[in-house]
Amino acid sequence: MASTLSMVLYFLIFPGLLFTAAVGLLTTWVDRKVSARVQWRVGPPWYQPFADVLKLLGKEIVIPEGARHTGFLLAPVAGLAAVGVVSTILWLANMRGTGFVGDLIGVIYLLTIPSLGMIIGASASSNPLSSIGASREMKLILAYELPFVIAIFTAVTKISPMTLRIDSILEYQAANGVLLGNASCIIAFIVCILCAQAKLTYPPFDIPEAETELMDGTHMEYSGPALAVVKITQAMMLFTLPVFFITLFWGGLVLTGWGILYTIIKYVIIVTIIVLIKNTNPRVRIDQAVRFFWGPVTVLAIVGMILAIVGF
Amino acid sequence: MGATNWGFKKSLWVFHLNAGACNNCDIEVLDCLCPKYDVERFGIKLVGSVKHADVLLVSGSCPRKVVPQLKETYEMAPKPCAVVAIGGCACTGGIFKDGYNFAGPVDKHIPVNAYVPGCPPRPEAIIDGIVKLIGKL
Repeated sequence: MASTLSMVLYFLIFPGLLFTAAVGLLTTWVDRKVSARVQWRVGPPWYQPFADVLKLLGKEIVIPEGARHTGFLLAPVAGLAAVGVVSTILWLANMRGTGFVGDLIGVIYLLTIPSLGMIIGASASSNPLSSIGASREMKLILAYELPFVIAIFTAVTKISPMTLRIDSILEYQAANGVLLGNASCIIAFIVCILCAQAKLTYPPFDIPEAETELMDGTHMEYSGPALAVVKITQAMMLFTLPVFFITLFWGGLVLTGWGILYTIIKYVIIVTIIVLIKNTNPRVRIDQAVRFFWGPVTVLAIVGMILAIVGF
Repeated sequence: MGATNWGFKKSLWVFHLNAGACNNCDIEVLDCLCPKYDVERFGIKLVGSVKHADVLLVSGSCPRKVVPQLKETYEMAPKPCAVVAIGGCACTGGIFKDGYNFAGPVDKHIPVNAYVPGCPPRPEAIIDGIVKLIGKL
């Protein structure tokens, strides 16, 4: 009973929903501030994302005429819960070394749920522009999942007793040095960063929510608290994906002594790379994105996989 | 309601509605977002969809054809929602006030919270209007 209660607390408060949402929202401030500095502006104060969310919680929800209420309102909550579970699994593997066989598969699966939720919500909203956004999001998932999975399995191939447990990957890195020291894993890491850009729907792959042509596409019809859930889910993804990459390739999160500072530096480096790619690239068309991911990126990921099998 | 009201004052998301304007006011609005004035310092940003908006920024003389869309857009915006009339045309009708298709200034059709006159208003005037609007909220 006590362990069940502690698991619920793990999910709801510390590594799960509340903590991830708070750090994720702070990270979106880093994103906006770095974007502002790149554009030679001053940028918003640090509490800006929290003010946005508080404001959205106080507004009314407008449900469009002809929309499916349950699908429209429950789809973002499914995405929020999925990212919370991913964050809990990753942090428990890092903090306490707990895990189960196949949790890596679970994480890969759960990381797609927010995108699927957005597709369901946008399709349920009975808005033609949202439908276009949903169809683009579907194509984008089909495009980036293949190189993403290959890149993650490069890390699995690299560790010596091949397992699908996140904590075993962390133990191997603690014993034999970080995986980023190998050529194959550097390639896999680059592929992962490119796929993260598409997972977060950041430019150059913000095709489903293109502001200028689709008016925020998939979350166009959301307003008030529902929009707050969508924004928090995006912020949590921005926190969870770098943590996932640090766990897989960069030795995991060290939460003692100087390790805390080292962990924060690793996290900020990955976030800054993502934000700089976001700010220096224009949006591509959906066919260009699919060609990019199934062409050069998949070839790159397969080269990394072959290098890992050969032993580099 | 104190916290949400604080959030409302600190993060105004603006939806820009062109009700028959000549584009001059619209360019001045975009100037406010540029490095020199940078209203994102105050949490103000342009959003693509009216469902996300807190402030409806209406510019233009509001001709007869636009009135139904203006009313519909105002009803679509989730409340609480403030309305700002930008430019001389939106405030009073300006030089179009005797036009055959002029259907009255914006406040004849939807309630307006702040007026920023000028043809076009300077970005400083727009920021001043927003500051007064935030003080009133």
